[in-house]
Amino acid sequence: MELDSLYQEVILDHYKHPLNKGLSATYGAQVHHVNPSCGDEITLNVTSEDGVIKSITWDGVGCSISQASVSIASDLLVNKSFAEANVILNEFTELMHSKGSKQGNPDVLDDAVALAGVSKFPARIKCALLGWMAFKDAAVRINTTTEGE
Amino acid sequence: MAFNVAKVRQDFPIFERTIRDGKKLVYLDSGATSQKPLSVIEAEGNFYKFHNAAVHRGAHQLAEEATDAYEGARLKVANFLGAREEQVVFTKGATESLNLIAYAMGNAAPGTRFALTSKDKIVVTEMEHHANLIPWQQLAARTGAQFSWFEVTPDGRLDLSNINSVITENTKVVALTHQSNVLGTIVPLKAIVTRAHEVGAVVVLDACQSAPHMPIDVTELGVDFLVFSGHKALGPTGVGVLWSSELDDLPPFLYGGSMIETVTMTSATWAPAPRKFEAGVPNMAQTVGLGAAVDYLTALGMGNVHNHEVALTKYLIEKLVQIPGLKIVGPTNLESRGGTVSFTAGDIHPHDLGQFLDSQGVAVRTGHHCAWPLTRKLGVPATTRASLYLYNDESDCDSLFDAIVGAQKYFA
Repeated sequence: MELDSLYQEVILDHYKHPLNKGLSATYGAQVHHVNPSCGDEITLNVTSEDGVIKSITWDGVGCSISQASVSIASDLLVNKSFAEANVILNEFTELMHSKGSKQGNPDVLDDAVALAGVSKFPARIKCALLGWMAFKDAAVRINTTTEGE
Repeated sequence: MAFNVAKVRQDFPIFERTIRDGKKLVYLDSGATSQKPLSVIEAEGNFYKFHNAAVHRGAHQLAEEATDAYEGARLKVANFLGAREEQVVFTKGATESLNLIAYAMGNAAPGTRFALTSKDKIVVTEMEHHANLIPWQQLAARTGAQFSWFEVTPDGRLDLSNINSVITENTKVVALTHQSNVLGTIVPLKAIVTRAHEVGAVVVLDACQSAPHMPIDVTELGVDFLVFSGHKALGPTGVGVLWSSELDDLPPFLYGGSMIETVTMTSATWAPAPRKFEAGVPNMAQTVGLGAAVDYLTALGMGNVHNHEVALTKYLIEKLVQIPGLKIVGPTNLESRGGTVSFTAGDIHPHDLGQFLDSQGVAVRTGHHCAWPLTRKLGVPATTRASLYLYNDESDCDSLFDAIVGAQKYFA
């Protein structure tokens, strides 16, 4: 069934056992993003040290795709520099907009390649990107603040 | 005339196609937009093929035919509502109809009937679609008028226990839905209209979810304004209806061609209603299509349509409540309730459920259904909504039931 390409085992695993869910007490930046078309919401904290992402924690409500996607991102992007994270994020965004024509590079995206099937379901792309866009926003805020110091 | 759903379905070409690798289309999203009978599709096409010209202008045969077809649709809609032709305004949709009323009130000269000040109050309800909420929020913000609302009870009914303190002496407008697009609840209109008129307020009724589904008589309802959208009532998109008995006192909203009486370089006066609310060349083919939709509904009989939907809603609810973990959001009894049924299914997020249902050919809506304050009040981030119409039958309800059970297995 085509649905199985959307709901990969690894996605359902992340959905049922999300990583880094529960907000950290302190953070370098905190953002709150919503998906106005379906009501999904996420709050995401990012901390960093010397340009390296130290932790990503989050809390929110949403469908399996949005929850699994942020779980994957919160694990994958930790201990990366912002520049490295940006490369991963761009690769992931490109994959989401590939309309099913790309598999995704597992060396870069790791578990996130499991979300490749989402790109065949236009209504779900926003779900998969919710956490990643929240991260992108938080990264910009952290780096703006740092530059100002 | 007995209502024959199998025969009705034959009038809708879309049911000839299949969904997701050959599955039967189970369309349960008519609350968002209805499917169209062939007669409507042809009426719209035939207008372009044979009669296309700008209405109310042009000194030629086509312009005459176009005007006749357009004004003919107005008469049909008027009859459909038990109203007079000059009380029917065509807009681009129900959202525009509601904005028209709100903006026109905002344009009212100080001291005139519809002018609002900080001493006046606008009343809505917690179960409004965003289209009947935000225009009033914004009108209140522009005029300084107070803003309050009726709350919703946990079982999805309007709480009228404090009606006299919600609709007060200074209330000028009460805007509310006839039937909730999320809960299916039909509101107790009579008590609200009586109280509103007692204090001299006008009642604006959003009939988007009722006019396509039950007989409507504006005199019987007693409201002052009523709006509905064409595309939810078998008609094309791009056309909506605003009915009002109070159009003469309401200033225009959109200015331009066709809505004037005389114009100089510095001033203008307005044509009588409904023309003063129809600036510019209207969506003619769509309006003619709506006329054909009203013909179709009238031939079936709105009483028959309503009875069919009530019986089917009973069938659907009785099936759904058998599913473990499923919770209907809204009334589970059939009293004052239409064929819109929203629900949650345990831990399965509505978006995931909707995706699974789609894989089985079942089309539903998921999310907050453009009524975010309501879903928030009910304590659910989102729901799944099945909305029935005249072309649905028991097998559609069975398909939904089977697909939900299938989803529970899939996501277990």
